[in-house]
Amino acid sequence: MTAGTAGGPAGAAAPVLEVRDLSVRFRPRGGNLVHAASGLSYTVAAGRTVAIIGESGSGKTASSRAIMGLLPRSAQVSGSVLLSGTELIGLSPRALRRHRGRDVAMIFQDPARSLNPTMKVGPQIAEAIRAHKKVGRAEARERVIELFKLVRLSAPEQRYDEYPHQFSGGMRQRVMIAMALSCSPKLLIADEATTALDVTTQAQIMRLLAELQEQLGMAILMISHDLGLAASYADEVVVMYAGRTVERASVRELFGNVRMPYTSALLGAVPRLDRAAHTPLPVVPGRPPDLSAEAAGCPFAPRCPRAADKCAERRPAFDEHKPGHWYACWYPLPDGPRAVEAGLANTGPSATGGAR
Amino acid sequence: MTEPLLQARELVQEFTVRGQGGVPSAGLKHSGVVQAVSGVSLDIFPGETLSVVGETGSGKSTLARSIMHAPPPKSGDVVFQGTSLTSLHRSSHHGTALRDARRSMQMIFQDPYTSLDPLWSVARIVGEPLVAAGMRDRAKRRQRVSELLEQVGLDMAGHGHRRARELSGGQCQRVAIARALAASPALIIADEAVSSLDVLVQAQVLNLLEGLRTSLGLSYLFIAHDLALVKQVSDRVAVMYLGRLCETGPADEVYAHPRHPYTVELLDAVPRVEQAELGKRPPGDLPTAGQTASPVNPPSGCRFRTRCPRAQAKCAAETPVLGTAPGSGQGHLVACHFPVPAGEPATVSGIGGAGAAADASQ
Repeated sequence: MTAGTAGGPAGAAAPVLEVRDLSVRFRPRGGNLVHAASGLSYTVAAGRTVAIIGESGSGKTASSRAIMGLLPRSAQVSGSVLLSGTELIGLSPRALRRHRGRDVAMIFQDPARSLNPTMKVGPQIAEAIRAHKKVGRAEARERVIELFKLVRLSAPEQRYDEYPHQFSGGMRQRVMIAMALSCSPKLLIADEATTALDVTTQAQIMRLLAELQEQLGMAILMISHDLGLAASYADEVVVMYAGRTVERASVRELFGNVRMPYTSALLGAVPRLDRAAHTPLPVVPGRPPDLSAEAAGCPFAPRCPRAADKCAERRPAFDEHKPGHWYACWYPLPDGPRAVEAGLANTGPSATGGAR
Repeated sequence: MTEPLLQARELVQEFTVRGQGGVPSAGLKHSGVVQAVSGVSLDIFPGETLSVVGETGSGKSTLARSIMHAPPPKSGDVVFQGTSLTSLHRSSHHGTALRDARRSMQMIFQDPYTSLDPLWSVARIVGEPLVAAGMRDRAKRRQRVSELLEQVGLDMAGHGHRRARELSGGQCQRVAIARALAASPALIIADEAVSSLDVLVQAQVLNLLEGLRTSLGLSYLFIAHDLALVKQVSDRVAVMYLGRLCETGPADEVYAHPRHPYTVELLDAVPRVEQAELGKRPPGDLPTAGQTASPVNPPSGCRFRTRCPRAQAKCAAETPVLGTAPGSGQGHLVACHFPVPAGEPATVSGIGGAGAAADASQ
């Protein structure tokens, strides 16, 4: 895995996860059908990190839970999710349970709520291992302590017999990572896994994940609202708005050559260390649309500064407009390398040009 | 030089933590006295934004509350608009006198939903401070509420009758801002006021706060953990760690030339969009993998020393005091025996130190 590759995703490696036309709908009691996610398509290759970026309500969590089969039964899921070639959508709960934990694992935002508070931490992980592998208690314990060492928990033997409340937030997230890695999954889904942590702890966890990824070669699907986090730790970014994917490209291409106006608006609105103080942030008016009424046109059109009549009438297709760069827009921003908003000194136009 | 709007001197705030049932218990290792704020002094000048940054448990929210005297600090003094809040509190008729003096100091909280009464209409929430200030005339009050809502980008007809649950997070925060403005404050204390909002909404609210600052001549005490966000709004910053100030100074100066190892570590950890041009962050644990010490029994001397890559014997023996670091600009103060040399690149890896290696080798 070479850091900072320009251009498209690693084309050669077979994808670990292939999501095709995934849609998630909910029908609240007595309400209208809510289109939480519509027609998502993306792939994640082994050893790569793909970040799904979006605001709250954009469907990023609903779609990732659909992959894990963790949505309530009332959810209507359609489309295809291939995990190393195996179709996950439509599997029986029992068949799905065999994959969950073993082939694909998930870590959540709140590690405190993901652990059983009345049970010692070590045995909780041992239980997870024994659910998937035929190993004895002693062997499972050995494996847990090994995992604790892997995620750099200090005094792993002693930590095995402690309760969740005895751990700090960062340490608990390390425990969750250990549990997620217990069966060497091919895919790890991290849903806002570091959002609740302090910046320094967040940096530690993210770097630990990257290191484990390098060692174990797993794919990571990172779900976040933080563009900075994606820029620092992902290979590829998928941007979601109102339940749809609106832009997808490698980190360098996306941040250096934004085409979709929504992504550009997001990038412009992020407070940055290199912005001068007291300068107004560029903002777009309005709010994301109501997901119970499916719009005919582009979901961002009502807020978009570039929108024309066509945008409200017909929805632009989410197409690969050039190798490794997908977006859905009738009137995209001009092509060509540019620094990320805010008057950043353009450090090397060759950065985005090299891949093609 | 102009008089500061607010002067806080040597504020100390402590809380006693007990085990279950109020009994100090041996099993609970955190029982004892939490030293939340230990001798913090700061000034805020008219029209200025001072930000306090630090991680969870650094005491930044407690500091804000101590300044408000809610609850009053254990010791120290707060002088606001020339009046000592601390002596007002101690005087016999402190109830009303403290409230009157404090009216020009308003607070906005992090969670927009829980900081608004769920049963009250927006108009009533924003009008309440006016009632408290003795504005009895209903028509006048309605007129003022309408003006206030307009100032924050809402309108009486569309939002006045709604309840908090019928509003979005950004709208709720606007209501909270309107409520704060109702008392015509000189200082607004914003405790993580935009942290829970989505990027685009956050930008809108930040722009609103900035606009109000210039149009109404407000000062802000901005409490936040996000350094990039703080950079956007601040004139000066104060970095806090375990109840003490590590570094304070003009924002540009502190961000460009951090001198305290903790500030360097914080800045290095900020995930930034500029990183896209530099390529992915390298994997591997950070050199300073140490854990934050407990505020119950904070380390002797410098409280950061247990995590600091530059720590030496002196750091445990002597508490560093906030002072001008050699090579720093005026007003840039640092509390460190071995500050990071001025002009050194702001990365932890740039610091280098034997202490870090020992810490991370586990």
